[in-house]
Amino acid sequence: MSMASFFNQRAPKKASSKDDGDRKARMPWVEKYRPKNLDDVSSQSHAVTVLKKSLHTSNLPHMLFYGPPGTGKTSTILALAKQLYGPELYKTRVLELNASDERGISIVREKVKNFARLTVSNPSKEDLAKYPCPPYKIIILDEADSMTNDAQSALRRTMETYSGVTRFCLICNYITRIIDPLASRCSKFRFKPLDNTDALTRLTYVANEEKVQYEDGVLEKILDISHGDLRKAITFLQSATKLHGVAEVDADGDISIDEQGGNNHESSKITVTSVQEIAGIVSDSTLDEIVTAARTHDFQVMFKLSKKLAAEGWSATQMLDQLHDKLILDDSLTGTQKIHISFALNETDDKLSNGTDEQIQFLNFLSKLSQVL
Amino acid sequence: MSLWVDKYRPKSLDSIDYHFNISKRLKSLASSGDFPHLLVYGPSGAGKKTRILATLQELYGPGVNRMKIDVRTFKTPSNRKIEFNIVSSPYHIEITPSDLGNNDRIIIQDLLKEIGQTEQIDFQTGKHRFKIVIINEADSLSRDAQAALRRTMEKYSTNIRLILISNSTSNIIPPIKSRTLLIRVPLPTVNEIVGVLSKIAEKEDIRLPSNEDEKSSILAKIAEHSDRNLRKTILSFEALAMTNDSISSACKLVELDWEKVIADLSKQVVKDRSVKNLSQSRSVLYELLSHCIPAKIILKELTFNLLCDPRVTDPMKYDIVDASSLFDERLSLGSKDIFHLEGFLARSMVIMESKK
Ligand SMILES: Nc1ncnc2c1ncn2[C@@H]1O[C@H](COP(=O)(O)OP(=O)(O)OP(=O)(O)O)[C@@H](O)[C@H]1O
Ligand SMILES: Nc1ncnc2c1ncn2[C@@H]1O[C@H](COP(=O)(O)OP(=O)(O)OP(=O)(O)O)[C@@H](O)[C@H]1O
Ligand SMILES: [Mg+2]
Repeated sequence: MSMASFFNQRAPKKASSKDDGDRKARMPWVEKYRPKNLDDVSSQSHAVTVLKKSLHTSNLPHMLFYGPPGTGKTSTILALAKQLYGPELYKTRVLELNASDERGISIVREKVKNFARLTVSNPSKEDLAKYPCPPYKIIILDEADSMTNDAQSALRRTMETYSGVTRFCLICNYITRIIDPLASRCSKFRFKPLDNTDALTRLTYVANEEKVQYEDGVLEKILDISHGDLRKAITFLQSATKLHGVAEVDADGDISIDEQGGNNHESSKITVTSVQEIAGIVSDSTLDEIVTAARTHDFQVMFKLSKKLAAEGWSATQMLDQLHDKLILDDSLTGTQKIHISFALNETDDKLSNGTDEQIQFLNFLSKLSQVL
Repeated sequence: MSLWVDKYRPKSLDSIDYHFNISKRLKSLASSGDFPHLLVYGPSGAGKKTRILATLQELYGPGVNRMKIDVRTFKTPSNRKIEFNIVSSPYHIEITPSDLGNNDRIIIQDLLKEIGQTEQIDFQTGKHRFKIVIINEADSLSRDAQAALRRTMEKYSTNIRLILISNSTSNIIPPIKSRTLLIRVPLPTVNEIVGVLSKIAEKEDIRLPSNEDEKSSILAKIAEHSDRNLRKTILSFEALAMTNDSISSACKLVELDWEKVIADLSKQVVKDRSVKNLSQSRSVLYELLSHCIPAKIILKELTFNLLCDPRVTDPMKYDIVDASSLFDERLSLGSKDIFHLEGFLARSMVIMESKK
């Protein structure tokens, strides 16, 4: 169900336009700037091109969208569905099930079947004039990675039986989590991490709409830190904006000056430094400190450092990610060294994903690293 | 009479006396209607919860202090009844997944949808009309429960903001990290803790050495003794003040029983690497486990004790930490804690024997 239609149903009827503006102001920018039609979707030209065609031909295959968080998967299908049906018909033609819905085998069978089985309702004249209104329904199974294999299997038959009147759109982060019999029935669309040029255009658009003031290089830095996740990028932009907004208001001295010294005279323009601070990335000097400690081959030095980093609260996975980027690009290391390092990184990452102790695992990685260097 | 940790927990962002830049950031985020979802992480006793409660205060004013605890019952699909507690104020609710067991996904969804579907109309200021949902120990949420938060965080974002609290972000799935602003709360430095303790001492009229240097050094010792965990530090400071008329460098800091047991066990393992000692160690481990010391804490303490033992050489240390990382993983995956702890001790003995 779309956000707008959702609230129209429940909110008291006399929602005035003032209320609407208020709601907008309370909306995080990521939602406010969720693409409303396919043209708003940045990058992902493959998916967008193919789907746009379906607006003219009314032909749509079953689809499987996959790719990392914040790349536009959910937004794209919602935008497509709105453009196909318009807001009224959308309510009866689109079923969205996501990980927050009960999706066990029996429920999937029931819900999906019941919806798929219904004959397609007829569009009104107005809708027909404005929207393509193709004669099928769309079932969106968002966040499908969290469906069990059994529940997925249960879908196979349904998909075939009702393919005359329904199209499925499966969405996931990892395509390997979708069982083959389902995946092979779908056209696959890979959603890539956004490349910086496309993302920059969108982020600049948001910044301009919100009248954000920023120094040169800030948007590029934000995109750099977000690694192609546009949702992250927009959240960073919004948070940084506020940090600067407030510094201005409270300029009469009651803001405590942080010990690092740095930015006590913040201008209202967002700076690269404040973006870095908000994003919580490990600083280059800390990364250097880690590598230097490993190079000493002195266990006590590494032990102390691991303790210090834990006290500072750094997440081990975050440090490993950044160390990976740093070490793999380091020309002074040999190929063999890099292989050993990436092996140690993977092993540690694996263990961490099993819920192990960060400090022990990171110390173990440090000791492995020092044996390679 | 409340404990000092509660009595002196700062209530507002302005009165929080360290990590000023974090307070400043929280304050700026709370200053207008579009507060983001947060993931606040850092070591235990760093002051995460304190900052979050202060942020609520900033957002809603003193009304958030009208907290109550409800007991809710939930019926699982298999018709079993689960009872759990919810702390709430008119502006927020707080849940702790470990109370919910295997049903965390269903229960949290139920609660969130209930809140998400009712608009918070007419709060006195009319300013912030979303409700905050605090999830403690978010890293112990099951994967399914985390996945279930994804669309909910987007769909209901006009009515709900989540604040997830955890010790680390390694167990949080990437789509959740993508949807939250991460805020890291480091432990306070020793000096910062000395500042906090001095303030408490003044208010409680505790007799401390009049010489500033001596005073700082004893307070610093207490802070370090508690590994800079502020809660632990304040608790042990209070204990010290209760048992001594005046606090001086002569006072003996109380070591927790179990910590001492582990330290002794570690020494024994280094000294006597025999099968006989291994079976004696087993009973010590059992004893610790029966006192509800978590196996992972035992392993970590043991490892660190071994690594700091002067009789253990560097080559041994490399192998010991490797063994520890392995048994740490087995503890996470397996069920028989005692096997893995014992396995670690046996492995450590072998390592020390072969590298001596
Ligand atoms: N390609 C894109 N074009 C424009 N905006 C985007 C794009 N990708 C992400 N965004 C922004 O990020 C927000 C989240 O995107 P969306 O919900 O589509 O991500 P997703 O791919 O479904 O991620 P997840 O796997 O975490 O569910 C959108 O509301 C929008 O603001
Ligand atoms: N700025 C501060 N000034 C003085 N005391 C503080 C401050 N911050 C925290 N404390 C004290 O430290 C104690 C622990 O803080 P808090 O409960 O916020 O830690 P936490 O990081 O949430 O810990 P855990 O992860 O173990 O729950 C509080 O009870 C409070 O007394
Ligand atoms: Mg999505």
